Amino acid sequence: MIIGHSSALNFGDHVNDLIAARSQMAVSLAFHIIFAVIGIAMPVLMVIAERRWQRTGEPVYLDLAKRWARGTAVLFAVGAVSGTVLSFELGLLWPRFMQLAGPIIGMPFSLEGFAFFTEAIFLGIYLYGWERVPPRAHLAAGALVAVSGSASGIFVVIANAWMNTPIGFTLANGMFTSVDPIAAMGTPAAFPQALHMILAAFAATGIGVAGIHAFLLVRGRTNPLHRAALTIGLIVGAPAAVLQPFAGDIAARFVARRQPVKLAAMEALYETRAGAPLTFGPGIRIPRGLSLLAFHDPNAIVRGLDRVPRDEWPNVPLVHLSFDVMVAFGTYLALVSLWAGWQVLRKRDLHTQRRLLWALAVAAPCGFIAIEAGWMVTELGRQPWVIYGILKTADAVTPMPGLVVPFTVITLVYCALALIVTRVLYTQIVQ
Amino acid sequence: MTLAGSLAAIILVALTAYALLGGADFGGGVWHLLASGPRKHEQRRLIAHAIAPVWEANHVWLILAIVLLFTCFSPAFARVAVTLHVPLTLMLLGIVLRGSGFVFQSYGGKGERTFALASLLTPLLLGVSVGAIASGSVRDVTGEEFVHGYIRPWFTPFALAVGFFALACFAFLAAVYLTLEARNRELQEDFRRRAIFAGVAVFAIAAIGLLLSPQAPLVQRGLLATSRAAALHVVPAIAALTAFWALWRRRYRIARIAAAAQVALILWGWGLSQYPYLVPPDLTIANTAAPRATLELALVALLAGAIVLFPSLFYLFKVFKAGSDSVR
Repeated sequence: MIIGHSSALNFGDHVNDLIAARSQMAVSLAFHIIFAVIGIAMPVLMVIAERRWQRTGEPVYLDLAKRWARGTAVLFAVGAVSGTVLSFELGLLWPRFMQLAGPIIGMPFSLEGFAFFTEAIFLGIYLYGWERVPPRAHLAAGALVAVSGSASGIFVVIANAWMNTPIGFTLANGMFTSVDPIAAMGTPAAFPQALHMILAAFAATGIGVAGIHAFLLVRGRTNPLHRAALTIGLIVGAPAAVLQPFAGDIAARFVARRQPVKLAAMEALYETRAGAPLTFGPGIRIPRGLSLLAFHDPNAIVRGLDRVPRDEWPNVPLVHLSFDVMVAFGTYLALVSLWAGWQVLRKRDLHTQRRLLWALAVAAPCGFIAIEAGWMVTELGRQPWVIYGILKTADAVTPMPGLVVPFTVITLVYCALALIVTRVLYTQIVQ
Repeated sequence: MTLAGSLAAIILVALTAYALLGGADFGGGVWHLLASGPRKHEQRRLIAHAIAPVWEANHVWLILAIVLLFTCFSPAFARVAVTLHVPLTLMLLGIVLRGSGFVFQSYGGKGERTFALASLLTPLLLGVSVGAIASGSVRDVTGEEFVHGYIRPWFTPFALAVGFFALACFAFLAAVYLTLEARNRELQEDFRRRAIFAGVAVFAIAAIGLLLSPQAPLVQRGLLATSRAAALHVVPAIAALTAFWALWRRRYRIARIAAAAQVALILWGWGLSQYPYLVPPDLTIANTAAPRATLELALVALLAGAIVLFPSLFYLFKVFKAGSDSVR
């Protein structure tokens, strides 16, 4: 297996195909991740509602569990098929990457396959087994869906983490030798990335649900369903949103040590310097802020983009903007969650606090925006590498010409699906 | 058998499970499209009812096969993904539209038509891809222009015949299984007639495929010229005749076993006839196998996964498919 170099036969076409392939991968990931994230967290909401129904016998909880189960069914199905698309696209778009990396990162993907299998089986039992299995078995099936959903998310993130900090092999003459898949799964980026992602899934989905029902409550629909949904959404989402800045700190300090170019792009730091400032957007600067955040030391030296040649820079403005968007929206979620938590501590009834309800309604889409921005940071920030420091994205792309066609088709299909899913969910679940 | 050989066999097992279970779900879509007569709506309701709880689990067999292929035989995966880019992308569109269409129509939206039409697309292109691999035309096409490199390897009479063959097989399986799902005698007769019709189509397309088999020399040699030939022909033929007999005599449980055996044996015949090649003419099990450490771990992961998977699958089918073989 030799790391190939792109043929210079037709350079312009190659560049266009590379852009099309990257765009197709970006669209596919951006689409799938919404469904994947909801698939991780929604079963937890559904199980909490069912458990409350079994304990209290209040029909509102059964109604909620069934509505959420229907929502999960629709979202899981679209997530499953768009996930299949990705597993093929790894090869359809990046065959040279898969040829090289398959034996190393196949392991987390195989384990993900089994976790996904378990999820699909028990979701089938949960959705269609209300009258066919005893109540305890039904609740257990829901719990298994939740556990395997999180597990499959963690495995996929481990595979991605390996692309950021590849280990578990020896590289000699462009070939991988002495491959160790177990060591590869212990790639150092795995823990910070998986923690950050799982918390993001719970925060975005929990607050997303709470926000939708907060909106309906503030618009005057005071039925008990919305109140119960708001509470359960906050139980799942708020703690995760509050913990997320800490997980983000772990992830950022890790990037500072292991992927200094990515950190420099996130902060648009062009020159290496001690006591580096923190920059928001184009204007605001906090002196020594970056050194403090990245190394917990105000005088620490932060490596800038000047440390690598220009052709190894990621798209700095885009990575920087995405990072700021992620941080801003994530911070908003954490603040709203703290506010809600404070009101609970003061024993106030959340459902009548109009200002809090409005703040939650605004927060509903914020977690998902932060997740999309966060993935832009980690994926664009790794460029021009597909395996950091080992294989360039341009050398991994398929030689198939005309890649703009599949990119256009996939994009159109996904846009149509997004519209239909929104419609079906709104008419079938929310109303 | 070598370690790599065992893993290749497991991939074929996963593909077989996909054909027998997931394939039948696509076949259900075909009969949804072709629903007719006074019980048109009942037929469609029965199909939706049969597919709904299991289709996602059945679909995962394909993902398992793909993941194992890129873990254990990554150069073979890369070759197939490059040369068969076009049919595989179309197959994926079929998978996306079928799944979404089905779940939308299950939950109050529109999507029946999409579900049914996409159910034709996926088996057809899956079969075309298998046909292209079997005919040995999935070469390294790096640097070749579009039509010559990326269309010709699979746009051949033989590969297209295999595509229609896969479609007919899946429709046949679905009709046979649905005779056992049907809740009344008339509906059962509807699917019995459809099963016999599809079975005849399977035979007819197989005959065309055999005529075209000079385009797939490895398969042809496997089917006609080696000592394995008798077994590869005779055993599926016995299964096929048993399935016909059982359908004729309305022995549906036997028909289900025989039909599944027939399709499984055809797939295994394909595998054996091109052994030890994964992607002829040049990629074999041995020259594409991952390092030993990867293969050993993959096997361990499969065993561990199987311990979780098989009891869960058993439970799923016990909950939804047990006791459905009696006409109530």
